[in-house]
Amino acid sequence: MSGLSAIEVKGVSKTFRIYRDRNRSLKATILSGRRGRYEDFYALRDVTLDIPAGKTFGLLGNNGSGKSTLLKCIAQILKPNSGSITHRGRMAAMLEVGSGFHPELSGRENVYLNGAILGMSKAEVDRKFDSIVDFSGVEQFIDQPVKNYSSGMYVRLGFSVSIHVEPDILLVDEVLAVGDMSFQEKCAAKFAELRRDGRTVVVVSHAIEQMRTFCDEAAWLRHGELMAAGKARDIINDYADQAHNVQQPHQGVHEVAPPKEAPEVPSEDQTRGRFGSGEATIDRIELLNPGGRDVRQVRTGETLTIRMHFTCHQSISDPVFTFSIEHDSGFVVWGHNTLQSDLEPSGVALGPGSIDLVIPSLPLRPGAFTLGAGISADRNARTVDTLPRAVTFAVATGQPLESVGVTVMHSRFENLVSGGR
Amino acid sequence: MAGLGGRAVAVRQPLARNPGLNLLVNLTLREVRAQYKRTVLGRIWSLVNPLATLAIYAVVFGFLFRAEPPVGRNSGLHSFVLWMACGLIPWMFLSNAIVQGMGALQANSGLLTKVYFPRHVLVTATVLGLATTFLTELTVLMAVLIFAGDWRVLLYLPVLLVIVLLNVAFALGIALALSIAVAYFTDVQHLWGLVNQVWFYMSGILFPITIIAAGQQAIDRRGWPIPLLAVFEGNPAYQFNEAYRAVLYDAAFPSASTWLSILVWTVGALLVGALIFRRFEARVVEEL
Repeated sequence: MSGLSAIEVKGVSKTFRIYRDRNRSLKATILSGRRGRYEDFYALRDVTLDIPAGKTFGLLGNNGSGKSTLLKCIAQILKPNSGSITHRGRMAAMLEVGSGFHPELSGRENVYLNGAILGMSKAEVDRKFDSIVDFSGVEQFIDQPVKNYSSGMYVRLGFSVSIHVEPDILLVDEVLAVGDMSFQEKCAAKFAELRRDGRTVVVVSHAIEQMRTFCDEAAWLRHGELMAAGKARDIINDYADQAHNVQQPHQGVHEVAPPKEAPEVPSEDQTRGRFGSGEATIDRIELLNPGGRDVRQVRTGETLTIRMHFTCHQSISDPVFTFSIEHDSGFVVWGHNTLQSDLEPSGVALGPGSIDLVIPSLPLRPGAFTLGAGISADRNARTVDTLPRAVTFAVATGQPLESVGVTVMHSRFENLVSGGR
Repeated sequence: MAGLGGRAVAVRQPLARNPGLNLLVNLTLREVRAQYKRTVLGRIWSLVNPLATLAIYAVVFGFLFRAEPPVGRNSGLHSFVLWMACGLIPWMFLSNAIVQGMGALQANSGLLTKVYFPRHVLVTATVLGLATTFLTELTVLMAVLIFAGDWRVLLYLPVLLVIVLLNVAFALGIALALSIAVAYFTDVQHLWGLVNQVWFYMSGILFPITIIAAGQQAIDRRGWPIPLLAVFEGNPAYQFNEAYRAVLYDAAFPSASTWLSILVWTVGALLVGALIFRRFEARVVEEL
């Protein structure tokens, strides 16, 4: 870590007034002699945080945890009640793309307007105009009023202007998921470029998986207080566990044994991060080697059968079974569910059951992996039970034997040509 | 890395000035461009409205009530419509600038909660946008005055521009103060509608001050302690009115007392407006 921080947040508190009966009229204010009764609600409480320069920094937290308030304080939109925030370099906020667009004006006029709002000079917009339009992909419609744009075009143009501010510090709030796939890829490339150029990016998002690959460092807020800050991977894992446990107590009135007491999932570690509505519970995961034994070490190239044992307490419709494999580094190597397979059950009956997933030839190179398993209902609309880290297992050397990396590709070298022949 | 701090200082200087101005220009353009989009007549509407108002008052007061206009000092003009236009057009700017300026923060609340920029720019851009319309109207009025009276009104163009500048600044000061008030109490907007009407009749736009002087004499005879004339003369809108009429209708230099009055009112309004705005702008986002 380089010692220099891009943003220093020192002892920042921010309260909002929660009015019980707010007087927005002069008469009521004068009659009661005050502007209504209110309570102070602490959105942020004594938060101290250093955001290092040149890093991509994530702010995590549940709804109402104060992460967006903190971002707005950093962006100078809100003024903290106490404490100070200092930043080095030019800062731009992307809290909502396309805010400030006037629907009646053309795309061209709006680019200049939005650029000015974000702090660009006319010469600067002139210089970047082609690049902005090119990036947004709305060339054909640039002289049309933006009210005729599709919502995708609108957002793309707004995003494109924002990202061309080229600030030293970029503040981003939940806007990573805009546009179609190809535009998202462009955005990802642009963010990678920002990072390469040593710019600081601060992101607020709920998309944990995206944050995992995106952020270098992160901070986690809960009820306006800073819980932890540090390496993104550690913080995100801690946060994910906590967040899911908060959701877990959602159990119906029907008599269901709580997942933790389910007989054959004894280990505390395996139930970490468990969540779901609980109509069915995963009892046990078996990793079956070719000999049919439940093992925790398998070999590259072996046939592996993953068997999920579950108990259905209440019938569920359109169930989806999911498995995923995560590498030790936190990277999700693979995932598959029945929705994308030939087996699409319309329902499961009450009582115990099981389902197998067969991997004919395990394409993983030696290393440590974690298997996640889940059951959801209504074509993935609702999570019934999920164990993000159900089983950890090791892959030992087998066949084929390739050099480095996570996977084997059954590759071969051939056709060496040398000496010109 | 050590260079980052230094670079920030170097970068911020030109940025602070240039983009701020650029933003103001762009927001003003937005007001102007968007105002009459999707209308058949477009910008002509900005002239139709004052013309219609002018016509109504001309018929009611000039024709039906037979109001007697004063004679222009240097221009020799003697027309009620023109005399009234010289007061009504500036009044309509002042009144619109204040009403729309005070609503500018609410109208742009979506922007205020998402991006940081100097907040006053929204109010300023609204007032400036209306000022451009005002200048168009003045240009047309000047053309008519030259045609109907004396070309020498052109000589006073620089003086007119100074008065317009002061008028814009005065409107801005009041709009800034009221924009904060509206954010906290919505009904200020409705209250202002009332104030605005009283103010209009207190500014001597439809009748010359001699009528008020006569009224004051009647009041004095009855011994009522109502300083009607003094209130009239202390009214900034009346003083601006005087200044505009001196230049446009009389083709003459406004009196020293008029100059002093509008100068004091402008500086005062701008100062108070700016102070109130500064004091409350940080919290205004939460109130919207």
